[in-house]
Amino acid sequence: MRKLALSDEILLKVEKPARYIGGEVNSVMKEKEKIAIRFAMCFPDVYEIGMSHLGIQILYDMFNRREDVWCERVYSPWVDLDKVMREEHIPLFALESQDPVKEFDFLGITLQYEMCYTNILQVLDLSGIPLMAAERGEDCPIVIGGGPCAYNPEPLADFFDMFYIGEGETVYDPLLDLYKECKAAGASRAEFLKRAAQIPGIYVPSLYEVSYKEDGTIASFVPTEEGVPAVVQKQVEMDVTHAPYPESPVVPFIKVTQDRVVLEIQRGCIRGCRFCQAGMLYRPTRERSLDVLKTHAYRMLKNTGHEEISLSSLSSSDYSDLEGIVTFLIDEFREQNINISLPSLRIDAFSLDVMSKVQDVRKSSLTFAPEAGSQRLRDVINKGLTKAVILDGADQAFHGGWNKVKLYFMLGLPTETEEDRKAIAHLANDIAVKYYEIPKDKRNGKCQITVSTSFFVPKPFTPFQWASMHYPGDYLGFAKTVNHEIKEMLNQKSIRYNWHQADVTLLEGVFARGDRRISRVILEAYRMGALYDAWTEYWNYDRWLQAFDRCGVDMDFYTVRERDLDEIFPWDFIDIGVTKAFLKREWETAHKETVTPNCRMKCSGCGAARYKGGVCVEARN
Amino acid sequence: MKVRVKFSKYGIMKFIGHLDVMRYFQKAIRRAGIDIVYTEGLSPHMVMSFASPLGVGLTSDAEYMDIEIKTPVTSAEAIAALNRVGVEGIQVTGFYQIPEGKANKAMTLVAAADYTLRFRKGYEPKLDWQSGISHFFAQKSITVMKKTKKSEKEVDIRPMIYEMSVNAGTVFMKLSSGSVANLKPELVMDAYLATLGIEPEPFAYEIHRCEVYADMGTEGRRNLVPLDRLGEEIL
Repeated sequence: MRKLALSDEILLKVEKPARYIGGEVNSVMKEKEKIAIRFAMCFPDVYEIGMSHLGIQILYDMFNRREDVWCERVYSPWVDLDKVMREEHIPLFALESQDPVKEFDFLGITLQYEMCYTNILQVLDLSGIPLMAAERGEDCPIVIGGGPCAYNPEPLADFFDMFYIGEGETVYDPLLDLYKECKAAGASRAEFLKRAAQIPGIYVPSLYEVSYKEDGTIASFVPTEEGVPAVVQKQVEMDVTHAPYPESPVVPFIKVTQDRVVLEIQRGCIRGCRFCQAGMLYRPTRERSLDVLKTHAYRMLKNTGHEEISLSSLSSSDYSDLEGIVTFLIDEFREQNINISLPSLRIDAFSLDVMSKVQDVRKSSLTFAPEAGSQRLRDVINKGLTKAVILDGADQAFHGGWNKVKLYFMLGLPTETEEDRKAIAHLANDIAVKYYEIPKDKRNGKCQITVSTSFFVPKPFTPFQWASMHYPGDYLGFAKTVNHEIKEMLNQKSIRYNWHQADVTLLEGVFARGDRRISRVILEAYRMGALYDAWTEYWNYDRWLQAFDRCGVDMDFYTVRERDLDEIFPWDFIDIGVTKAFLKREWETAHKETVTPNCRMKCSGCGAARYKGGVCVEARN
Repeated sequence: MKVRVKFSKYGIMKFIGHLDVMRYFQKAIRRAGIDIVYTEGLSPHMVMSFASPLGVGLTSDAEYMDIEIKTPVTSAEAIAALNRVGVEGIQVTGFYQIPEGKANKAMTLVAAADYTLRFRKGYEPKLDWQSGISHFFAQKSITVMKKTKKSEKEVDIRPMIYEMSVNAGTVFMKLSSGSVANLKPELVMDAYLATLGIEPEPFAYEIHRCEVYADMGTEGRRNLVPLDRLGEEIL
């Protein structure tokens, strides 16, 4: 029987001990004596969040297919256990072997959102690994970061030995092979890092030097050693159909956020919304073949026993054989009482028909994400959705028996005016009007329209990477405008409005487009007690302001400052395939309020065609 | 066909609460391909009920769950299938056909349970605590303060203790259990230690449930029968 790292007393004292015991169905056990490389894969948030992430499941499965590697999982201990571990000096451990993380060869940390950055320091700290990469000795694991936030790794540069830029399926084998070779040859950590930096997609921050201009912007960003590339190329898995996919994902004992089989039908998005980072990072759009998806669905349901299956992609409606996959799921699995969840579908006759088959129309709600209230602003952000399409979709849905609609918008978008914000209320009202046009005896009581707004955060590698942000007070003013205008609407009683906190947005903005000078602010805030910043109950804006202040770092430089078109950005050393020239062109096109067609309609020459695959090589109609 | 499944719960599974054990079996039954009956309606769920929830931290050799299956399967096949897709810490040990009818549901039948209790390493009282147990059990009445959701009240627990003895540091108890009168072993032990002037420490006990019984007696005479004896092995 496995021996646990924590005593019974501790486990019975903390909330949800199942977070820390491992041993779940399909978790992988190996004999550590026979293993060359031990890899601790970490999602720096609580177990229920981390276990819901598909990317880690893919890597976990892929690594463990190698006989010489044992990949185990690590999550952030919740605050109750965090306290106990610090008091009793218990080192952080991996779930499978329950061995201390410090004993591993690699600690891989996925960077899914900016607000987990202090949790990264928690994981390092509890593991007994020096927080600063420069202070790590030969006995420390190699700390490697990956995931969407690794596309601007600079705010974390001090804490990581290396970053993996791109999709995990591609260069891990060469990296692990190199590590094995270096370990066998007794090479030093520095030697391994230098050689790793020559693998395409691997970025070793300590091998680059940044100099700044007097105005604080970057003057130069150059490798300090020969053989280290000046530009790091994003790695892309071009054959998603045959890429490894976890057919036996780990089944948690406790209910996690994503408690279902997840079928990734495609990667990338053809739409090109100008605020969307994923839409640029994962170009070109690549689809998995229907046959392979069917096999995955069967095997994953069989091996997990889950009662639900969900499609995953940035825009499921754009999958070329959506009807094929959806019909298959309904025909095969409805009889077996498997729930089918179909997120990110465009509302049209087909989707309404399938949704009425897989869910209870009266209980479920329809979701639209117009992102902006006015047509003018939707053109600016390149959200192809028109008012006519939204109203028509809502009308069809209302006739189909639905009476709940959710609408998602962003506030603080480039060029946004008071009128654009008020237009959110008008659109919500127009949808309600559609509902009440239906004769009373044919409709299902009142309608419920929920409007939610989030604040726009400019992200690297998007056409809006040049956009300025606003002050917290401005953001709240924007939300007040919407709220006030909704109250003025005829159907205001059918409309509910939710908005987000404004101050978190600012910090997200700083981390998203920050440079190396932000590392010390993160460290300072962590030392002052910041942790679980993504959780409202632990978020403390004043503490962060104080940390910026103590470090002498000006937040405004990263948020409200106007960026010059030719400024060198901290992330410019990464080449994602999409060119800066294209992004610049899109930024200018946005200001002309002109829409750019999607990848299937017309190639706009973003640069991703150089990967020679996916939508870029499809026949266009 | 109504079926009673018996399983043991040990090792790390003692940290998994009752509802999550239920979720575990819902998924295990799908993995094992057992053709279980679902309820009718818009959100169908498996027909499944547990005899008596086991608290977090306790281990057991006698957990019972009743299900209903469509396609018959032999006991040996079903046990093998469930254990093949299972985890360390849950071992299915029995699979019996039981009579139809609500009165035969495990949940309704539970009347008593056997427990053993030991002190966790390092928590054993320094003084001789074992020799007083037979005297404690010989008392006519044992009143304790029992906490309910709303208040505390005085209860005589002696009628709910059917047996109590100690052997080499392990206390054995047969206690009333189920919906009529439910007595927890830790409460009995706390009451006993109080007579010795010992304040019980948190996490001091390791408790194991050994068996769960139905009362098949008539005219007020107790006749405790283990729940699995009320079913037939499926051959």
